[in-house]
Amino acid sequence: MEAKEHKFHREEGFPWKHILGLFLSLLLTAIAFWLALATHQPPALVITIIVILGVGQLLVQLYMFMHFTESDDRAWQVPALYFGLFIVFCVVGGSIWIMTFKSIVA
Amino acid sequence: MSNAHTAVHGEHHPVDPNVPLEYQGEENSLRVIGFWLFLAQDMILFSSLFATYIVMHGRVAGGPTSQELFDVTGFTIETIALLFSSFTCGLATYEMRRGHRDAMIGWILVTMALGLVFLGFEVTEFIHNVGEGATLQRSGFLSAFYILVGTHGSHVTVGLLWVTLLIFQLLRRGITPVTARKVFLWSIYWHFLDAVWIFIFTVVYLTGKVI
Amino acid sequence: MHGVVNWAVHFFMLDEGPLIWLSDFLIICASLGILAVLTKFRLWKWLWDEWLTTVDHKKIGIMYMIAAILMLFRGGTDGLLMRAQLAWPNMHFLNADHYDQIFTTHGTIMILFMAMPAIIGFFNVAVPLQIGCRDVAFPYLNAISFWLFFFAALLFNLSFVVGGSPDGGWTSYPPYVENQFDPGPGENYYLVALSITGIGTIATGINFLVTILRMRAPGMTFMRLPMFTWSVFVTSVIILFAFPVLAVALALLLIDRDFGSHFFTVDGGGAPMQYVNLFWFWGHPEVYIVILPAFGIFSEVISTFSHKRIFGYSAMVVSMVAIAILSFITWVHHFFTMGAGPGVNSFFGVSTMAIAIPTGVKVFNWLFTMHKGRIEFKTAMLWAIGFIPNFLIGGLTGVMLAVPPADYQYHNSYFLIAHFHYVLIGGTVFGVFAGLYYWWPKMFGVLLNEKLGRWHFWTFMIGFNVCFFPQFFLGFMGMTRRMYTYPAGYGWGVVNLISTIGAFLMGVGFIILVYNILWSARYGERDVTGDPWDGRTLEWATTSPAPHYNFAIIPTVKGRDAWWLMKQNGESINGPKGVPFRPIHMPNNSGRPFIMSLFFFILGAGFVFQWWILAIIGFVGVLVCMAQRSFEYDDSHYIPVEEIEKTEAAAGRL
Repeated sequence: MEAKEHKFHREEGFPWKHILGLFLSLLLTAIAFWLALATHQPPALVITIIVILGVGQLLVQLYMFMHFTESDDRAWQVPALYFGLFIVFCVVGGSIWIMTFKSIVA
Repeated sequence: MSNAHTAVHGEHHPVDPNVPLEYQGEENSLRVIGFWLFLAQDMILFSSLFATYIVMHGRVAGGPTSQELFDVTGFTIETIALLFSSFTCGLATYEMRRGHRDAMIGWILVTMALGLVFLGFEVTEFIHNVGEGATLQRSGFLSAFYILVGTHGSHVTVGLLWVTLLIFQLLRRGITPVTARKVFLWSIYWHFLDAVWIFIFTVVYLTGKVI
Repeated sequence: MHGVVNWAVHFFMLDEGPLIWLSDFLIICASLGILAVLTKFRLWKWLWDEWLTTVDHKKIGIMYMIAAILMLFRGGTDGLLMRAQLAWPNMHFLNADHYDQIFTTHGTIMILFMAMPAIIGFFNVAVPLQIGCRDVAFPYLNAISFWLFFFAALLFNLSFVVGGSPDGGWTSYPPYVENQFDPGPGENYYLVALSITGIGTIATGINFLVTILRMRAPGMTFMRLPMFTWSVFVTSVIILFAFPVLAVALALLLIDRDFGSHFFTVDGGGAPMQYVNLFWFWGHPEVYIVILPAFGIFSEVISTFSHKRIFGYSAMVVSMVAIAILSFITWVHHFFTMGAGPGVNSFFGVSTMAIAIPTGVKVFNWLFTMHKGRIEFKTAMLWAIGFIPNFLIGGLTGVMLAVPPADYQYHNSYFLIAHFHYVLIGGTVFGVFAGLYYWWPKMFGVLLNEKLGRWHFWTFMIGFNVCFFPQFFLGFMGMTRRMYTYPAGYGWGVVNLISTIGAFLMGVGFIILVYNILWSARYGERDVTGDPWDGRTLEWATTSPAPHYNFAIIPTVKGRDAWWLMKQNGESINGPKGVPFRPIHMPNNSGRPFIMSLFFFILGAGFVFQWWILAIIGFVGVLVCMAQRSFEYDDSHYIPVEEIEKTEAAAGRL
């Protein structure tokens, strides 16, 4: 078997990557809390920004902690994730869109 | 190249020092993929609960609204506990890959402690709410709230029970390809629960305080 | 004492009349008969060792098929009862309550306990053999999937004689099915049984995805996969992303009923339409879950019996993937009449019509595969040829239903009933029959009789059209679904009578199939070659039935239609002569999947009757089984070389 280019993270020295992940997740959380609880911006704006921050946190978890891209299967694992997110968007976005019918009818 | 990976039952796999233990052997690599797929379906499960919660958010039927109900201190502590537990859980995997069994078990115990703190605050919050009359049966909004947050909480409970079993296996067998794979799967499960919680505090708690 | 008797009479529904007494009698006779046979012929150990504890995909596939045929009988009987009741105006053969229960169980059983196990049975029978591996990725999990399905089906069918069947339709829409309007255990049976079988189905989806992703034989690249395996791959993706949504919808409704929450109630801020929304987010992809594998079967059958490669392989693959993606964005067409507004209805109308494009591509590919082929009219091929025009009628009426303003006219009329029966019978059931005739020799080593097969095909096909084609007109004439009787004077009587005659003709077709199975078991032609149809894919390269380990040496694949290529090149499935065998690593049998699923059954019964002690016993049992499994390290064995040599010599492959 020829040499494989694994992307396994070498676990040597101080776990800088984990520290960075923790720092990023705390920072993103702090911004979200501050925006939602301490400022008085329009709700639509706040909700949009904190959801985007949440997606950022998801990526931190996936790439910093969950070793998402290291296995041999990343070639399909990454597109599968995006397809999964598409379905999530369909369920959540679709439900919101469809179930607002009451406000239209009323 | 992909053919070299199309594993077949019964083929012998040489140990590759560049590959972490949890990926070694066909059995392990199959289970890692299978578990990622399990998490994918869990993601859809949670997103259906989120969708239902969002639809039900305004349906309070004269009962408490999210702004009246949610307690900032409680969910802030829960968030911090879970974020740190995700970090310590990452350190457990890190020590596992370095082959340090005892340090790894230590970080798992810290993770479990943080998980218990999280669960403790969540249960306290629920009991407090129920005491104020905000029960599951009170309104559509509260039904959706309890079931969404409670489903996450029961996932955390399962995670704690699961890793308890794994600690016994680690103590008896040490870090082998099989035990390493089991702990690795548990760790991505735990990080996944942290990711779900991120959306709970964003979509449920913070948003619930804004509107 | 009197109170207890009253309770028991009500609980076992002895006050419900002769249909229940007859069922009780038949169930008791059948159970005693099975027990007697097992005991008399000392088959208990054989049953446990060979079947109940097996993790072999071939045996699990056979058990799925047997269950599916039994459930086809149950669902078909329900259908015949309904048709008998509707044969003429003002009939009172069944009362309204019984009719409601029967149409509910008919739909639920046919979709979830007949179509699903039948297609999953074929997954098990064919996929590992087609891709050249020795079992699925997770054999133990595969056994769990089957037993969860089995006990869920048992629980669901128990409702007929214990406590009462569900009666809210197979879609079980709230608010009608909430406790307030529909008390009693009936709907709980539906919710619990579907949840349990749903868990098993998700596990099956994961299992086959990993199997196809990682266990293909060397050289079996994705674009060389047999078409059926491709369809299973796409279907598994849909299962993975659709079934969790059903699980949530069912769980929330069960929590409403058992614990008094307000998800889908009319009062307390509930949103009944959110259930409908979630249900169809699963329900529409579910249609493709049962139809895509049937497409896969037809592709195999048409290619085999036309003795040609499938026409437009890549187009077939692309259109299946397109159908999979589109299937997730069309669900609102099941409830256009909810009135979500013109924007929503237009979007979902257009996305629904778009599905006709990839489906049309597939139909043309099948036709071009047959074009200038050397067509052999075996029974399997008859089903495949019959499928095309029948499915076309179903598909085109589907496009009619996809137009929102027109849908307001057709909605819940017999036009809709006719449409989805054309799709599900003309597509899925024909596909299952084609698969049965095609793979029967691979499953049992015996061919089904061709002459009886042709009788089966023609009676069923003609009966099906006589039954359902008139229903399009009944729909236009204003007859709505789920009405248990109707007055004279609408002109529906004769049309309904014709439809009922057709239904009984389908019943005759089913009896011929059963007779064929029994006849062939005794007198049928044995399949000694393992390749009775001059097949093209790897399952025909091994013995019928395949040895426990499927392939003594994993074959190397050099192109599409791998076995056909090997036959052209005069190669053996075991590769060049003299390659030594090596011990084969196989999973051990385990009784735990059966026992764990039994605990799931107990847990489910607890939720049905709100007997919480029973539920806790079941729940703890499930947890203990899972914990035990975690500590199980020694769960596989090696088949020694001598045994492989003996088996291969007996098959004439040495």
